[in-house]
Amino acid sequence: MMSQNEIAISAQGLKKSYKNIPVLEGVDFEVKTGSIFALLGSNGAGKTTIVKILATLLKQDSGNVTVNGFDVASKPGNVRQSISLTGQFAAVDEILTGRENLIMIAKLRHLKNPHPVADDLLKRFGLTDAADRRASTYSGGMRRRLDIAMSLVGKPPLIFLDEPTTGLDPEGRMEVWKIVKELAGSGTTVFLTTQYLDEAEQLADRIAILHKGKIIVSGTLAELKKLFPPAKVEYIEKQPTLEEIFLAIIGKKKEEN
Amino acid sequence: METIKNYFFRDMGVMLGRSMRHILRSMDTIITVTIMPIMFMLLFVYVFGGAIKTGTDNYVNYLLPGILLIAIATGISYTAYRLFIDMQRGILERFHSMPIARSTVLWGHVLTSLVSNAISVVVIILVALMMGFRSSAGVLSWLAVAGILALFTLALTWIAVIAGLSAKSVDGASAFSYPIIFLPFISSAFVPTQSMPGPVRAFAEHQPVTSIVETIRALLSNQPVGNEIWVAIAWCVGIMLVAYIFAMRAYQKRV
Ligand SMILES: Nc1ncnc2c1ncn2[C@@H]1O[C@H](COP(=O)(O)OP(=O)(O)OP(=O)(O)O)[C@@H](O)[C@H]1O
Ligand SMILES: [Mg+2]
Repeated sequence: MMSQNEIAISAQGLKKSYKNIPVLEGVDFEVKTGSIFALLGSNGAGKTTIVKILATLLKQDSGNVTVNGFDVASKPGNVRQSISLTGQFAAVDEILTGRENLIMIAKLRHLKNPHPVADDLLKRFGLTDAADRRASTYSGGMRRRLDIAMSLVGKPPLIFLDEPTTGLDPEGRMEVWKIVKELAGSGTTVFLTTQYLDEAEQLADRIAILHKGKIIVSGTLAELKKLFPPAKVEYIEKQPTLEEIFLAIIGKKKEEN
Repeated sequence: METIKNYFFRDMGVMLGRSMRHILRSMDTIITVTIMPIMFMLLFVYVFGGAIKTGTDNYVNYLLPGILLIAIATGISYTAYRLFIDMQRGILERFHSMPIARSTVLWGHVLTSLVSNAISVVVIILVALMMGFRSSAGVLSWLAVAGILALFTLALTWIAVIAGLSAKSVDGASAFSYPIIFLPFISSAFVPTQSMPGPVRAFAEHQPVTSIVETIRALLSNQPVGNEIWVAIAWCVGIMLVAYIFAMRAYQKRV
């Protein structure tokens, strides 16, 4: 048995239907404090629904869900003290500048020194040059970085990232991966959802696959790999993937500069 | 939980700062809410004014209360718009997953509505002064005018909240205000109701705008307000309470 404070999130028998359509039909999982947990699932599997329940935005129909030891249904206020959500769609204020967005969140988190906190995050996320431009002028990748930066204000111990890299180009994806790895390195618990196995593979300590309303498998990557069909050795001419082509070209450009 | 309550007003201040920035950064809002009523005022005073018989020698004095109500009715359609946009974007989910009272978001919009409408009312009064508006009202009467305008703004703001929360499209969110903007035209705001045909006159004399306009006009010209002020306050408070209840219901449904 693990002690209570080693478990950041626990869900047991989690069920949720929209109207009469069941989405979650008894979901069970546990996330250890300080680990990266990836929830893998295809479109419409119910990943966002789970994140919303964990972040107290949505109430489950039944099942026990605790976050940092607090029940999400009966103690949502306590849960919100220690979490931070980066939703599937960027939650930045488009009319405010990047800096203003960060300062606003710092003020709402009642930090003593919002300005230096904002400056620091802008620097960390490579947004210093764009700091005083409205977020509506940001590219998708910049917006996502600002979005994640906003979630880090006040150093919450548990962070939800709902499909943090969907819609980003390969470079943007890798930037986000780097951020997530740094986060985990500093002891933050990360709960992320993704549609890509390679992303889960890159980042997660534990992976759970959500399918047809249930977690069909969960475990470490090594445990999961045993369940996959064995790798076959075949000799075929391998075309470079778009990602490889892209990175090669970008790399060359950077060398030229 | 205790700390959340202690921070309520500070958080609301942050929300106010946020939407005031939204307002100041959209020229469209500023133009529609202040310039349009000012254009109406210019049009009525310098184009139609000569033909309108109100029994006063200073038509700007007669007209100003109605213009102020039109400005407020236009202003609150933007409250609905801003709320609607917030509901569509992820930013609301971010706020709701943070340790702040959820109603701060809503009250932030309501406060913004009060502040921004107060600003446009002051601007319009300044322009009216340049156009020859004069008032012999004392401090108390001005305070009463401010109070009634604030009540009117609050009443309409809660209607705007219902619209912003339940609209399906941006247009829907602001369209509700057109009939309200139109109400002053079928009231004693621009011409005395005596000149209107029977049924129109009956409507004009019994709708809320007339009593509010009459009260403000009486206060500004130092005339006795009589019962009209109570009718006006009753309308505003009544509308506000009903709208508040429905707005809260719409809010519970959304979050
Ligand atoms: N508010 C809602 N009302 C009705 N059905 C909903 C609602 N929200 C989600 N659903 C349905 O629930 C199912 C799960 O949705 P959810 O957004 O949780 O999936 P997801 O795994 O996040 O998908 P995606 O990868 O596309 O983001 C989908 O079939 C979706 O259509
Ligand atoms: Mg989703």
